[in-house]
Amino acid sequence: MRGKILNIAIMLVLLTGAAAYLLTAPKRVDVATFAGLTGDAAHGAQVFNAAGCASCHTAPDAQRSDRPILSGGRTFPSDFGTFRAPNISPDLAEGIGAWSVIDLANAMMHGTSPEGQHYYPAFPYTTYTRAAPQDIADLFAYLKTLPPSATPSQPHDVGFPFNIRRALGGWKLLFFRDTWITPATPEAERGRYLVEALGHCGECHTPRNALGGLDYANWLTGAPNPSGKGKIPNITPAVLDWSEADLVEYFTSGFTPDYDSAGGEMAEVVQNLSKLPVEDRQAIAAYLKSLP
Amino acid sequence: MKKITTILTATILASAIGAGAQAESHVDKAVAGAIAARQATMKLYAFNLGLLGGMAKGEVAYDAAAASGAANNIALLTQLNQMAMWPEGSDEMSVDGTRALSDIWSNMADVMAKGTALSDAAATMQAEAGKGLPELQAAMGAVGGACGACHKAYRAPEK
Repeated sequence: MRGKILNIAIMLVLLTGAAAYLLTAPKRVDVATFAGLTGDAAHGAQVFNAAGCASCHTAPDAQRSDRPILSGGRTFPSDFGTFRAPNISPDLAEGIGAWSVIDLANAMMHGTSPEGQHYYPAFPYTTYTRAAPQDIADLFAYLKTLPPSATPSQPHDVGFPFNIRRALGGWKLLFFRDTWITPATPEAERGRYLVEALGHCGECHTPRNALGGLDYANWLTGAPNPSGKGKIPNITPAVLDWSEADLVEYFTSGFTPDYDSAGGEMAEVVQNLSKLPVEDRQAIAAYLKSLP
Repeated sequence: MKKITTILTATILASAIGAGAQAESHVDKAVAGAIAARQATMKLYAFNLGLLGGMAKGEVAYDAAAASGAANNIALLTQLNQMAMWPEGSDEMSVDGTRALSDIWSNMADVMAKGTALSDAAATMQAEAGKGLPELQAAMGAVGGACGACHKAYRAPEK
């Protein structure tokens, strides 16, 4: 009898372990989705700017350029450790020159590396998961046209237990969702795509729980700055009373309605947004104004 | 006798403290004045940019003469000699009432380069603002970028 209970207990532990193992496995895209897609590098440049890739993946001292060198190197201090953006230039050895479009899609849509490891959500795949496959194919084509850099990627500085990558599978189970965050009117749909799938505004402007999961119920209502200094503002119409024209001007020149200018990370965001077609900046403004 | 000594000591101490406080408030006054002056300059920028921004946003009808006037003012502001407005010790760690980062004083060459970028953008806007609304809008973007480049690098976030 005792032996039987022990056997059942062991079986349960093994089954739970197996289930946990399976549930935390990194996911991948369906290869067939990308089979028929041809990347358009010119449109990929717009996806690149809308997704703000250069803000993190260029070196901290890099000069602004129309052909940015994505050598990586920016650091992101957080409660869980310091993350460092890797080299995503087309260098074969140090960058992602050897990647296929499927590798990029797995990274952006599932946070899965070509080696089958989970990425930390400092990389906002929690946003990019909503990106259209065609946009990812276009972005892939554009990234290939940028100059390679032989700068090696720097390791993250993350302590136990957050250094157990497999555990990120559990984090994803709890906090990673690929559905839209807000319902959108037809007019706000393009803006929703730009904000919720590419622009990753929510990664900073939405509060997080103790484990770093986004609090979707308080979408874009502001959050403490992870750097520890200052606060990232609430940008919903309940608090931010800027007009659509004010928002578009801010995204274009960086000027606030008081003609102060964007500072900090937002200066960087404005540099990216100012390169988008004005219709896209208007779409983002319309989306923000449509929020509760 | 002892009483007299005590009073004397107290008086000397008090006057020493008073002198110290006076020296300190003197420094504070100079720094506070410099901070007030540079913030006043920023207000002049903001006022003139506001006139242009109203037109750029379509809130106010475009007026070539008014646009040129405001753009002229902005270009003139970039020519002010601001050396005395940025004394050492007027950074956000040393005094209240400013968001100027101490990095300004350790990267003066870069600060000056960013200042030159602003005066170049302002000169372009001075030439373009009276030509038409699209020209003004394009010039606003470049000026905004130049403002933001310095604010991004050298201004602390709002508390």
